[in-house]
Amino acid sequence: MSSGRPIATTRSAAGMPTGRLAVWWVIASEIVIFGGLLASYVMYRLAHDAFAEQAAHTNTWIGAFNTFVLLTSSLMAVQAHKAADEGDGPRAARFLQLTAAGGLLFAVVKAFEWTDEIRHGFTITSSTFWSFYYTAAGLHAAHVLAGVVILLIVAASAKRSVELHRVELIGIYWHFVDVVWIFLFPLLYIAK
Amino acid sequence: MATQTMTAGAAGEAHAAHAEQTFWQRYVFSTDHKTIAMQYLFTGMAMAVLGGFFSYVFRMQMAYPGAEVPFWGIVTPAAYNTLITNHGAIMIFWVAMPVLIAAFGNYLIPLMLGCDDMVFPRLNRLSYQIFLLSVLVLFSSFFVKGGGFGGAWTVYPPLSSKAEYNLTPGGSTIFLIAVALEFVAFLMGGINFITTAMNSRAPGMKMYDIPMVVWTIVLASILFMGSVGPLVAGAVMLIFDQTIGTAFFDPNRGGDPILWQHLFWFFGHPEVYVVLLPALGIVAEIITVFSRKKLFAYRTAIYVAIATCVLSFTVWAHHQFIAGIDPRMANIFTVTTLLISVPVAQMMLVYIATLYGGSITFTTPMLWALGFIATFLLGGVTGIFLGTAGSDIYFHDTYFVLAHFHYTFYPIAIIGSFAGFTFWFPKMFGRMLNETLGKIHFWVTITAFSGTFLPLFVTGILGDNRRIPDHRIYPELDTPMLNGLREFATISMVIMLLVQFVFVFNVVWSLRRGKKAGKNPWKANTLEWTADSPPPHGNWKDLPRVYRGPYEYSVPGRSEDYWPQDVPN
Repeated sequence: MSSGRPIATTRSAAGMPTGRLAVWWVIASEIVIFGGLLASYVMYRLAHDAFAEQAAHTNTWIGAFNTFVLLTSSLMAVQAHKAADEGDGPRAARFLQLTAAGGLLFAVVKAFEWTDEIRHGFTITSSTFWSFYYTAAGLHAAHVLAGVVILLIVAASAKRSVELHRVELIGIYWHFVDVVWIFLFPLLYIAK
Repeated sequence: MATQTMTAGAAGEAHAAHAEQTFWQRYVFSTDHKTIAMQYLFTGMAMAVLGGFFSYVFRMQMAYPGAEVPFWGIVTPAAYNTLITNHGAIMIFWVAMPVLIAAFGNYLIPLMLGCDDMVFPRLNRLSYQIFLLSVLVLFSSFFVKGGGFGGAWTVYPPLSSKAEYNLTPGGSTIFLIAVALEFVAFLMGGINFITTAMNSRAPGMKMYDIPMVVWTIVLASILFMGSVGPLVAGAVMLIFDQTIGTAFFDPNRGGDPILWQHLFWFFGHPEVYVVLLPALGIVAEIITVFSRKKLFAYRTAIYVAIATCVLSFTVWAHHQFIAGIDPRMANIFTVTTLLISVPVAQMMLVYIATLYGGSITFTTPMLWALGFIATFLLGGVTGIFLGTAGSDIYFHDTYFVLAHFHYTFYPIAIIGSFAGFTFWFPKMFGRMLNETLGKIHFWVTITAFSGTFLPLFVTGILGDNRRIPDHRIYPELDTPMLNGLREFATISMVIMLLVQFVFVFNVVWSLRRGKKAGKNPWKANTLEWTADSPPPHGNWKDLPRVYRGPYEYSVPGRSEDYWPQDVPN
């Protein structure tokens, strides 16, 4: 259908490759989405001391473990970028798969954590804190899962050493997903 | 440079290969920015017909309450609510946005920047497909149990969140999903626009060689992107409130309905400028071409547009003066709201200064552009009454507010779109529109528009409240004076709708019989006029190079009064 890439895509008047530029704009739009949600949460948190009692029921250790998992996966993404820069596609692909494994582990831990909480009666309708808890963490988890899918797609092409610039692009996105969690973790787990 | 020419040649061959596309490939699943622009344009126009029809039905009910409306029947209160809600939402999200930003953005950005397409053609196609999906989802909301959503386009909870209040349990959720999908479509489109403008300009084109309309569409996309996020989050929260019983906006269970108003208007007010900016850009292009003068203070105009964007993030709570916000906050937002009128007024002065001393030709697009300035000024000035907390308390939720924002949105969405459409029609379709029909259409439309909304300022001042399906139940609103004004407004409005048939006829007739346009019928400078009309896939055989700014008209010492951007000397 499309006859290869248009010339427009190959130009870079701003001095930055088109793909990277676009990913930064994607992230900009995501920041405002999460920003709006978290700002709403913070406003409620400041207005309602009762949030603290509810937040006490979250498990800081599981949250901390998941933080560790995500940060490690980001390290793998950096390694993949390095390998891609050196032109080593298969190596980049392996690191991307490790990154994706980190994302999956995060999601699995999250699933067990939520199951436990729901069993103890803390559901999304229990109170406004729990509504925020599941909505914000759920929106983040959706980004993690989407990231895992994209990581695996990029890994598949990197393995054949094609479109290696994509390794950096998914890396940028993955770091962003990571940074969102860095905000969520203290807000939902530590601030009690 | 060598690689540039070589790739351009390759694109030419690719174009030849495109000659044998099927109908579906060419018009439905095309990745060509011009085709996608047309898809947005015609979808937007079709939605405008629907939104216009809705307004006809409820205006008839206002003028002749309880009477049977031709082509509709009796207007029940529930139907009235659904009609006004969807009229507002359609006109803003499914008419102004797709036509002004997506259609003109898609069409003009690659052509004015001298490139062959958007940087992400397939993302562009996906953007339109999601937009179309949002249209279909909106349509589906009219057919579920309870009918389409009727809680006003602002979707305030608890009216919107509780089925027992709005009586449209399905419609209200589907409405939100449709709006959210529309946002996703425009975020994708916006990323494409911004990246294309930043990266893909023709060789030699510097930041300050970019035509105003590209600047304003890109700024609008950035503004949209910066403001819509909280509302996306809010929409998710509201859908959860409606469907799974969370209480984000329910004060009985720890939520706060005012939060929605903040999230909504944090987007909703910048949104006014999101649609205003492209219209301002279109008017700038037209005014320079038809007064044969350089745009007055081009750089200042850009800074003014940027200042408008920045300030527009700080004015949202002027919609909430009577919502129970802190009165001290009302003072702050009064000040910021009055401040934002400064850059907008400055933009108007830029236009007037551009016109001053020019050799003006009153073509149809020029008339629309001048009509924009005249009507938008009135809309802006009446906004001062509403931006000031003291007077807004009296005017809030009256027809004065309604007349005010129609005096801003109508110039933007309708007059601005007609200006752009009549101006670029020769480029889009290769033929000229009929000037006589165009002028009849302009004068009747603009007169009937004033006849529709000027009386409503008066009814608003007299205390007529918005969103009342039948005024007869309030004796103080059922006076002969108010009823006369309402009837006058409705008759004007029907005339305004009917005269659009002249426009449709003009387009259809001109597509077949119109004079051939040639490449540059208006003798304009910007790059799109150097391509064929209509431009082929890939736009140019050899992509142009840029040597100067877009507004070099009537330069002394040149034999011609224009100096295209791609001519070396």
